[in-house]
Amino acid sequence: MTTVTETQEPKRGLTLPKFLTSRPTRPYVHPYLGGALLGVVLFLAFFLTGNGLGASGGLNRFIVFFQDLIAPDHVDITPYLITMAGGDLNPLDNWIIPMIIGTLFGGFFSGWRNGRLKIETNKGPQISTKSRWAFAFIGGAIMGYGARFARGCTSGQALSGGAVLSVGSWFFMFAVFAGGYALAYFVRKLWN
Amino acid sequence: MPPFPLDLIGLLTKPGAYLVYALIGFGFGYALEISGFAISSKLAAQFYFKDMTVLKVMFTAIVVAMVLIFGATALGLLDYNLIWVNPTYLWPGIVGGLIMGVGFIVGGFCPGTSLVALSTFKLDGLFFTLGGLFGIFLFGETVEYFDEFWHSSYMGRFTLPELFNTSYGVVIVGVVLMALFMFWGAEQLEHIFGKKDLKTEPRRRYTGAVALLAVALLVAFIGQPTTQSRWVKIASAKEALLKERTVQIHPAELLSLVHDHHINVILLDMRSEADYNLFHIDGSQRHDPGTASELVPDLRLEPANTVIVTISNDEGAATDAWKDLTAESIQNVYILEGGLNNWLATYAHEDESLIPNPATGNDQLRFIFPAALGSRYNFSDPDPEEFEVEFTPKVQLQTKRGATSGGCG
Repeated sequence: MTTVTETQEPKRGLTLPKFLTSRPTRPYVHPYLGGALLGVVLFLAFFLTGNGLGASGGLNRFIVFFQDLIAPDHVDITPYLITMAGGDLNPLDNWIIPMIIGTLFGGFFSGWRNGRLKIETNKGPQISTKSRWAFAFIGGAIMGYGARFARGCTSGQALSGGAVLSVGSWFFMFAVFAGGYALAYFVRKLWN
Repeated sequence: MPPFPLDLIGLLTKPGAYLVYALIGFGFGYALEISGFAISSKLAAQFYFKDMTVLKVMFTAIVVAMVLIFGATALGLLDYNLIWVNPTYLWPGIVGGLIMGVGFIVGGFCPGTSLVALSTFKLDGLFFTLGGLFGIFLFGETVEYFDEFWHSSYMGRFTLPELFNTSYGVVIVGVVLMALFMFWGAEQLEHIFGKKDLKTEPRRRYTGAVALLAVALLVAFIGQPTTQSRWVKIASAKEALLKERTVQIHPAELLSLVHDHHINVILLDMRSEADYNLFHIDGSQRHDPGTASELVPDLRLEPANTVIVTISNDEGAATDAWKDLTAESIQNVYILEGGLNNWLATYAHEDESLIPNPATGNDQLRFIFPAALGSRYNFSDPDPEEFEVEFTPKVQLQTKRGATSGGCG
């Protein structure tokens, strides 16, 4: 009896990993089309809610949530953290949290639909996977620090603030490109 | 008042509102993924001029959203005052931007794109997100050491048309033209550095460019609503409030508000400098009559527990200011009933140095002051315990519609 069930197991066909990667891989849409779609989403965000898009603020609130669990007293004496989690405030009770959860699902759904869900590491040809991971972590840390320094990331400042013509957001946007281009030559081995 | 943005929490309660945000997030993640933003090497290629997808997607999104947003405000559908415009902290923004640029080229993502990479199982996206969380944690723990710089060069809600001292229409058309020029430049760079054959690019992109420019010109042609035109739209409803005297508050109510620590009271004294120097209520700020609409950008950034009271000698200039602020969708604005003449009659009637002067005209001070002491008269800030004055409370705090904190939450 047991042998029967064992042989039937693979025939059941659709296991989860198979289901996730079953669809044919499709090419990316044209940048202008993708940008226009992103623009419509950004417009709808402002039109319906009055807020733009964001990401780093949501990550910030996750961090503060754990800080508040571990060291609530520390949170209550740090001005920057109080506004998110001081006293009874729940740092996760904010519109940015459902938005980034939605972002994860949206990316996942598009990845599944277009056959692009794949465990992989994208990198330049000259570095190993492990060093790519290390640089991703370091770059992420620098990015995270800078994003809070600038009070918003590429989505919350550049995209959202840019579309509603905030002066600070436009200066910020050009600073991001300037920072990237200034260093690009020195780290070319990472990508080329 | 324009119907959008919606008061989502009022309409749908919190779970419903959060569902709307989740759906918008879903669209955001979807749009990033189909543009290829889950692939770090594709993003980084931007900085070597090989693949300018990042620039093309970003600027297309910005100009499309901008034209739609200002089109909607021009048609009176959307209220620009109620949407979140990132306040400008110029130098912290620039320094933060430079740091982020470095993080971008080293790590290969920005926070939004790393989430999409993570959700499509890219391991470098996972490590980047973990690093990002660590960097954010580090910022929260170190910001106190440069707190002064982090709050410096604050310019409030400051927009490009204000910077260039021109109309929104001109800036919108200008930004579209700049973006189209950048797209042209980006394609040339891709041709040179990325060896891309431009002939295979779809010709329809020219149609898109022309359509975008045409809509931008149309938006500029229609123009943005003025305070005056905004008032005309709501005048019939709001005149009733003035007539029923639901927004004119008694001096004693004003005094109790000033002493209520749960409420942030802003007193706008809309009189001449001479009158203000003679006498004003302690803590009031003076602005020339007719200039109230200039205060709107700053008033929008005040917290939700803010009550604004407009003040003149009688009610004339104060009512004009009330109309301007109400037309610009500022909430919780009230008028001091009977103005300062009524205030003085209530609190200063025992002061013998004050000589009543009933002969003066409308919206003029009807008292003669022995000296110009501003707020140093003791009836500028009377003790509410000392004066037990009966009044009918009229202030009802309205919750703020529209965005109160934005950008990145």
